[in-house]
Amino acid sequence: MSKAMLDNAFQTVSEAGEKAFVPYIMAGDGGLESLNERIRFLADSGATAIELGLPFSDPVADGPTIQAAGIRALEAGTTVQAVLDEVAKERASRNVPLVIMTYLNPVFAYGVEAFASACAAAGISGLILPDLPLEEEGLVVEALKKYEIALIRLVALTSTPERIRALAERAEGFLYAVTVAGTTGERATFVDQLGTHLQELKEISKAPVLAGFGVSTPEHVKELSQYCDGVVVGSKIVDALHQGDRQQVKDLIMSRKQ
Amino acid sequence: MAIYPTETGHYGNFGGRFVPETLMPAILELEKAFKEAKEDPAFQEEMRYYLKQYVGRETPLYYAERLSAYLGGPKIYLKREDLNHTGAHKINNTIGQALLTQRMGKKKVVAETGAGQHGVATATVSALLGLECIIFMGKEDVRRQALNVYRMELLGAQVVSVDQGNGTLKDAVNEAMRYWTANVEDTHYIFGTAAGPHPFPQIVRDFQRIIGDETRKQIIEAEGKLPEAIVACVGGGSNAIGMFYPFVDDRDVKMYGVEAGGMGLPTGKHAASLTEGKAGILHGSLSYLLQNNDGQVQEAHSISAGLDYPGVGPEHSYLKDAGRVAYDAVTDEEALEAVRLLSRTEGIIPALESAHAVAYCKRLAPVMDKEDVLVVCLSGRGDKDVNTIREAHETGGDSDE
Repeated sequence: MSKAMLDNAFQTVSEAGEKAFVPYIMAGDGGLESLNERIRFLADSGATAIELGLPFSDPVADGPTIQAAGIRALEAGTTVQAVLDEVAKERASRNVPLVIMTYLNPVFAYGVEAFASACAAAGISGLILPDLPLEEEGLVVEALKKYEIALIRLVALTSTPERIRALAERAEGFLYAVTVAGTTGERATFVDQLGTHLQELKEISKAPVLAGFGVSTPEHVKELSQYCDGVVVGSKIVDALHQGDRQQVKDLIMSRKQ
Repeated sequence: MAIYPTETGHYGNFGGRFVPETLMPAILELEKAFKEAKEDPAFQEEMRYYLKQYVGRETPLYYAERLSAYLGGPKIYLKREDLNHTGAHKINNTIGQALLTQRMGKKKVVAETGAGQHGVATATVSALLGLECIIFMGKEDVRRQALNVYRMELLGAQVVSVDQGNGTLKDAVNEAMRYWTANVEDTHYIFGTAAGPHPFPQIVRDFQRIIGDETRKQIIEAEGKLPEAIVACVGGGSNAIGMFYPFVDDRDVKMYGVEAGGMGLPTGKHAASLTEGKAGILHGSLSYLLQNNDGQVQEAHSISAGLDYPGVGPEHSYLKDAGRVAYDAVTDEEALEAVRLLSRTEGIIPALESAHAVAYCKRLAPVMDKEDVLVVCLSGRGDKDVNTIREAHETGGDSDE
């Protein structure tokens, strides 16, 4: 059920001849009480799905913006349980799929099976764990399958052809194409071969391919969307919401349609 | 005991490779290069050459007669890793990894450092082999180890002060990993301790096992038998695993790993991940970890920058659960007292890290016989800590006699 909501959202976008836009927000940044309101705002602004970051003390895949948002969330006392409880409150009325992005340890500490079960109860569709490569996913796959939560895998610019094939073959929810060699955060430009790389991924992936990491302007959104099924935007959204600049968020999301 | 790690880099339930996909190809490349190097006689010969002619191995196994007499228990021997070039055991590993870097055709290295010993050892071999070197060091450690910062810069390394978190070793590792992720195509990460994603725990152990291999030979020459007990300090656990590993199958040799008890275990201000932590994932491996109930990693506390780390190498977690090594902790105060004790009985100023192992001898001595032999891994020398030790004296709680 949960996973299906995500698949349906991508299908709707695709059928309309549009591209997907998945914004990332850090749960607890700006106060947990504003979380559901922010989700509604992003959905109303046209988000295809929303990535919800659960803060972790040592986010090695994240750049300065998301690190800082994580620290703000942790200092505000954000816990895994509190986020899931908050999200569960509006489950029935919510019309946008949610995907959790966090690191393995908070999930492991909660208990993998218990976490999958709680996610299902809160209406979560997918899970992204940037520190869980193919080699270690045995720790979570059974539990996620049981509760119909998509394990969203990341493919990197450094991935070898064999690894790309293995990742594309197993793709569920969406395949997260990391567009830079590095951490999350704004970039001015991307490598020249990125377009070809994304097109190749799209050809072999079993799920939609979304480009993310460093996507921060409407121009990026338009440029990258032409090669794949859409984009994930993290740091720029986190920053704009932190600054209270909601118009910038709306403009970014709208840029997927132009 | 079975041979660890497994092909997938696991030690029982511990270990593994929990890194972003961007790093996985480099991790696999490193594993392959390491396997090939281990079987290449030319690589082994090169290692032997540098360890002997450059590092100054083998290091003595010194009978500390006055310390033994003072404590009134077993005969205590010190494995003098403090006499290595750069003043600690760290260079055993950095020489090996720098040679691996060359084999992989990479010209740049990145490393983290806590006390600065691993940073200095990395900067040193980078100068020796002409590699470009960048070192990440927590802001707090930059302050308390200012001399080592200058030493690294003198050796031609770039030192980056890390502001995130508490500005200690954990934060330096985070930044070094981020830097590696962004520069993985031409840069090797010289991981300093027996932790991190596979194959690092194995690489570091295999380069450090020379400590235990030499000790084994030396103690048989000196005493005609294996020791009754061995003690080593454990932060990430590289000197300890190097010392312990060759003795793991000698069931009669008791082994003790000594963690940093900081202000005392009940205060929560310590770095005793094996003694007080629970299993979790940090910096690429599953191991004992200081964390709260929500899986957030807690800040460690130790007067010793090199032990100030909330995680520990996965093989130690395995040896703990297997009951093969006993892990315990001593406090900052006990370590400071041990610095003074060893300085005044033997004329050897130990590093604050190593002083934790020396301090544990005070606990072991009363329960051991006079004929027993106790080996202590003196992993580093205390020159870098003189300011910290003096500050601790001057701020009291720690009388001079």
